[in-house]
Amino acid sequence: MSTKTLRFNLNGEVKEVAVSPSDMLLDVLRDKLNLTGTKKGCGKGECGACTVIMNGEAVNSCLVPAMKAMDAEIETIEGIGSPERLHPLQEAFMDLGAIQCGFCTPGMIMSSKALLDKNPNPGKQEVREAISGNICRCTGYVKIEEAILAAANKNKR
Amino acid sequence: MLKDYLLPETTAKAVSLLDNCKGQARIISGGTDLLLDLPDGKVATEYLIDISRIAELKEISLEDGVINIGAAVTHNQVAKSDLIREKAPALANAAGSVGSCQIRNSGTVVGNVVNAQPAADTAVALVALGASAEIVSSGGKTSIPVEKMYAGVGKSIVDSTAQLVTCVKLPAALAHQGSAFVRLEQRKALALPMLNVAVMVSLEEDKFEWVRICMAPVGPGPLRATAGEDVLRGAKISPELINKAARAAANQANPRSSALRGSKEYRLGVLPGLIAKALEAAVTRVMEKTNNIGEEV
Repeated sequence: MSTKTLRFNLNGEVKEVAVSPSDMLLDVLRDKLNLTGTKKGCGKGECGACTVIMNGEAVNSCLVPAMKAMDAEIETIEGIGSPERLHPLQEAFMDLGAIQCGFCTPGMIMSSKALLDKNPNPGKQEVREAISGNICRCTGYVKIEEAILAAANKNKR
Repeated sequence: MLKDYLLPETTAKAVSLLDNCKGQARIISGGTDLLLDLPDGKVATEYLIDISRIAELKEISLEDGVINIGAAVTHNQVAKSDLIREKAPALANAAGSVGSCQIRNSGTVVGNVVNAQPAADTAVALVALGASAEIVSSGGKTSIPVEKMYAGVGKSIVDSTAQLVTCVKLPAALAHQGSAFVRLEQRKALALPMLNVAVMVSLEEDKFEWVRICMAPVGPGPLRATAGEDVLRGAKISPELINKAARAAANQANPRSSALRGSKEYRLGVLPGLIAKALEAAVTRVMEKTNNIGEEV
């Protein structure tokens, strides 16, 4: 088995990392680059906890071969804000209590960021579609929807 | 165990890699199905040949009335394409019902067809729309109707260790033609269909000129409901006729009982209603188009 050098842009920085052909992007992010904000849930593309943004589109990183990320732009939850300067989505999720255990939150936020990047003023239906692949097992989606819409409004101002 | 992951940039290179690997390599595009089958041991391969960087396979185009969708085009690209929404709305709706937003951003329409699940949403639409797939290998290029691509449940006639589907081609709807896709499922995302139906209608004044009806999962693959089509051919459009055709179509279906997605009896009970709904939606689309043209003139 050959080892390959994966070169990609991660959260605005060019990274090079040695990967095996069978590695998934999720495992490279978590285990090789220590970015554990992206969560591993089902590992089958059904829960959305591992959502990252690849070339502007939300994808399940558990189903993206690492080699597919060659030369790609990848954004993870670690790259969208800092403790001093949170992303409006992160602020809104906290302000509106859109978090319970928090496991689904990075994926929810990345799916909604992909939406807001393309459509800064989404309707409720568009928000629902954007997070339809993200499952929350604690509670429900009402506060999450409200937080995404609030972040969109904040962006507008 | 995977020895290498290859990213060719041309179709010719992908084909020569397949050839060099002599059956030990397999084509991957979005990978949303294949990457589940590999760790489960359902599929074994030493090399994956990723076709998602081949520029010519990433295009949706219209030429001489024929829509061409490349093998690396994702479900969301099809669902959101203005061309597909206007000229093949059944396919846009079908592509928009697959998986979730994330799955639709990775998974491809051609992959959906080659994976050959009995109720693959886009395959059902493509059969109704009269689509064909272009298959290349070192032996040359062939074209085959999507309707003939199923070799069994989960089995395609395409051998992804030796062949590569480059695109699907389908006729763009003319002014007097319309299509529709209807789906019954338990939740609106990440749910396989309990039933799905796609139809294409070609109208001639107040009559059906011809109709194609496709339904699933009622057999190993998408099934043409020719008995329903026969009822409609050349007949005057009416709700009664549509219901009669829907019943005739449903009589051809042989669904299985599924603990998760409905019993055979339930599926047979609701199928005529879905077929009628799809036919009505397709007729309405044509009427709306025709009315709009009238207003513009």
